[in-house]
Amino acid sequence: MKRLAFLTVLALAGTSAGLRAQHPVFEAGPMQVPLTEDADSSDRIDQLVLEQLRELQLEPARLCSDAVFLRRAYLATIGTLPTEEEARDFLASEDGTKRAVVIERLLERPEFADYWAMKWGDLLRVKAEFPIKLWPNAVQAYHHWIRSGIEQNKPFHQFAQELLVGSGSNFREGQVNFYRAMQDRSPRGIASTVALTFMGERTEHWPERKLDAMAGFFANVAYKSTAEWKEEIVYFDPTADVEGLTVGAIFPDGTPATVDPAKGDPRALFATWLLRPDNPAFTGNITNRVWAWLMGRGIVHEPDDFRPDNPPSNPRLLEFLQQEFIESRCDMKHLYRIILNSRTFQLSSIPVQDTPLAAANFAHYPLRRLEAEVLIDAINQITGTREEYSSPIPEPFTFVPDDVRGIALSDGSITSSFLELFGRPPRDTGREAERSRNTTPAQRLHLLNSSHIQKKIEVCPLVAGADELSPQERADLAERAYLTLLSRYPTGEELAAIEAHAEETGTFGRTLATDLVWALLNQPEFYFNH
Amino acid sequence: MKRSLDHLFASPGSVPMSRREALRRSVYGSAGLLLMEPFRVLGARDSSVSEAPKVVEGRAKSVIQIWLWGGPCHIDTFDPKPDAGRAFTGALDQAIETNVSGIRVGQLLPKLAEMADRYALVRGMTHGNNGHETAAYLVQTGRASERDVFPGSGAVVSYFKGYDAGYSGLIPPYIVLTEPQGRFSEAGFLGPRYKPFATGGDPNAGVFAVEGVVTPGISEARQKNRRSLLGSLNTLGGALPGNAAIRTVVDSEEQAYELILGDAGKLFDLGQEKDEVRDQYGRTTFGQSCLMARRLVEKGVPYITINYKGWDTHKQHFQIMNRKLPELDQGLAALLEDLDGKGLLDSTIVWCTGEFGRTPKVATESPWNGGRHHFGNAFSCLLAGGGFQGGQVLGATNATGEEVVERPAYPADVIGSIYRQMGIPADAPLPHPQGVPTKVVPDENEDVPMAGLLDELI
Repeated sequence: MKRLAFLTVLALAGTSAGLRAQHPVFEAGPMQVPLTEDADSSDRIDQLVLEQLRELQLEPARLCSDAVFLRRAYLATIGTLPTEEEARDFLASEDGTKRAVVIERLLERPEFADYWAMKWGDLLRVKAEFPIKLWPNAVQAYHHWIRSGIEQNKPFHQFAQELLVGSGSNFREGQVNFYRAMQDRSPRGIASTVALTFMGERTEHWPERKLDAMAGFFANVAYKSTAEWKEEIVYFDPTADVEGLTVGAIFPDGTPATVDPAKGDPRALFATWLLRPDNPAFTGNITNRVWAWLMGRGIVHEPDDFRPDNPPSNPRLLEFLQQEFIESRCDMKHLYRIILNSRTFQLSSIPVQDTPLAAANFAHYPLRRLEAEVLIDAINQITGTREEYSSPIPEPFTFVPDDVRGIALSDGSITSSFLELFGRPPRDTGREAERSRNTTPAQRLHLLNSSHIQKKIEVCPLVAGADELSPQERADLAERAYLTLLSRYPTGEELAAIEAHAEETGTFGRTLATDLVWALLNQPEFYFNH
Repeated sequence: MKRSLDHLFASPGSVPMSRREALRRSVYGSAGLLLMEPFRVLGARDSSVSEAPKVVEGRAKSVIQIWLWGGPCHIDTFDPKPDAGRAFTGALDQAIETNVSGIRVGQLLPKLAEMADRYALVRGMTHGNNGHETAAYLVQTGRASERDVFPGSGAVVSYFKGYDAGYSGLIPPYIVLTEPQGRFSEAGFLGPRYKPFATGGDPNAGVFAVEGVVTPGISEARQKNRRSLLGSLNTLGGALPGNAAIRTVVDSEEQAYELILGDAGKLFDLGQEKDEVRDQYGRTTFGQSCLMARRLVEKGVPYITINYKGWDTHKQHFQIMNRKLPELDQGLAALLEDLDGKGLLDSTIVWCTGEFGRTPKVATESPWNGGRHHFGNAFSCLLAGGGFQGGQVLGATNATGEEVVERPAYPADVIGSIYRQMGIPADAPLPHPQGVPTKVVPDENEDVPMAGLLDELI
């Protein structure tokens, strides 16, 4: 973490970020990477990114400012906005390693498990559905299993193994719901879901034979009900393969397999093949996904569309991440850590060349609209309010505590009109693209003018105490509002604009505070992780 | 249209998603004004699209559904039984002649009585279900399925006649005045994109505070000042000129302000109507909702629901009828009159019913002391405009209004007839989530009771 000491050695590039002057709010210095001999894993990432950019005659953006880093790291790692105090402390700190320190803290926060359980909930289709598929208590078991795995930083091959070979009751063995939450539970349907989830491949691109061959490993998955209402047992049934698919079972890479259901569950054979450290289909998928989640774009893009004619934009980078992942024994937090500590993650979003090629090669950080849950949590945190969630599942009655955060919702069926409006995924297919982060006029209208948001702003602590304010109090208010909403101090120009608004409208108290919070909450700077 | 498609299929190599999946990604909420850019989401592998539904331009362009939420009593309204005796009629033992010989309506509907030539009455409505939620689901969807959640008629019309069919503009194609009913009456498996926009507010209040459009307590001047503050604090936008994501925000914002400050939002300003017109409809929430519905029809909105609460009268039935029926009479009569006068009735269907009727026999015992209970066995529906010929009665109940004795009509018959007038044929396919072939009107593969579309009224 002694990064600053290395800055004198400019091995690859000391960039100009074009000829433009450094932006006072959003940018720090140029991106500089130390020589190979001193390089840690994060430096190695930066070297590989820079080498590629140089080959393409592209220039990286500058590094982002501390304020941008803090907000970005919080939102990308724990889906949570820094508080005013956290922002003040971080910005005031003169510790040269403060960015790395924050990253370590974030990885240990409970919101880390909440946020990534939400992400996995999308991929693993965690939702109760009316009339049936997953019942609410099965969903609770499934979500609990996922969240605790993330919290304990369970090695990823173990996480995958347990999902793949799970057997037992949907109410007691949460992970077996993997096999119940699929839209298509036929052997081919299961194979297709497994390929999407763990190999990032869409089997509609596969020849039919390949899917049939993989389906052979899943032809003995069976389901039976019990005396308990809606309980279902997922189990291995040696006689379930009515189509005779096991005979033709071949691993997706073409390796032959000898499958004999009489000798054991073929799923275990498949898991052994998939989870070998030297299986690039497995390590490529997960390392690329984590990269995409943190960086806003996969090295293979979309991250769940691996196929020969969709190559990685930077193959050496992807290989390096896979190598690190294997050496760390599939340690997810290690993967997060090396990416978050890279300068590549910490580049400004102001591009030198604003082209698709530059974006595909991580020359700058992309703008990403906050996810529905993250956005409402942020608004609630700022305004000190809560959101009402409900589930359309009629029974058993789903209890939703009234202080639950959006990112901690266990069940995709528990929702609100806000979450729907802002693109929460239906969790039907497990595809990454189900989650929408686009912007619509309806969303803008909601944030600008709905009574829902208006009422929250009215009770916001920043507003509630603001009666006739002196010029100094107005400046203090602006400072607190900026730190609370945007995790930074206001600029002189911004303070002047607020003061001008106060003078023009003759509002110096609560109305001014309301307008200010409203105006910041509607900024692209708030709306995007940038 | 192109721009929105790019959003959905951002990656050049990506495969189009299923229709449902794609649609569910872009959503109407129910809290903000739901203006979507008009866009079409057509997946190449989408069978429901390649079999292009034979939807045509119908004689009717709009539907106004007046939903008497709670279940109105048929024998006090459109199917009077003055000779059944006081045990049935209670105090409302008179029927009044209408301007069509042989048709009588309840005594508290004098204004509607003067214009029976402009509406038809379906007196053989039946489904036999006495639970509010399940009956409402039945009447609004035509289905009783417990396996799937079917869309209500408003969502179906929005699906076939809304943004996917070239409807454009800022006003959503399916609007509810003023409160939504909840899950069983809305989009069902079509997904949130086809949910109605519920206005909230009260059209009879000084300011009709339409959710997202008019925020009480924030004047137009303040809106403008705020907007200017918003612009002057956009430091990130200044640092990223030409950024595509920020441009989308700015474009969306302009559209939103077209409703907040521009002409689009004036549609909801009932102050633009003459006082006499507003008085004609009655200065009640229901009356002014009817007026608002007419303004929406003039803008080409294909489906408007007026959720008119307060018909669940287990107690104090007659007191409540004395208060509510004149309100219904005035608002509905004014609406039909006004639509007709503007030449819109021929292209606008108005239907008025609730989830069921009420027990013809008055519950006199304690604690009801003169109330009426749920009655799914028989009830009535008023149908006007859009090709439904007025001055007719279809079907009949027995002397006490307890049994349908002639030409029963099930919810699917009514809804299917409305769809047909809108140019949506009975066999137009709905995108069932599990791919089960499903038509807008249930066919013989579904076990749904039907007695036939209402050909007699066309």
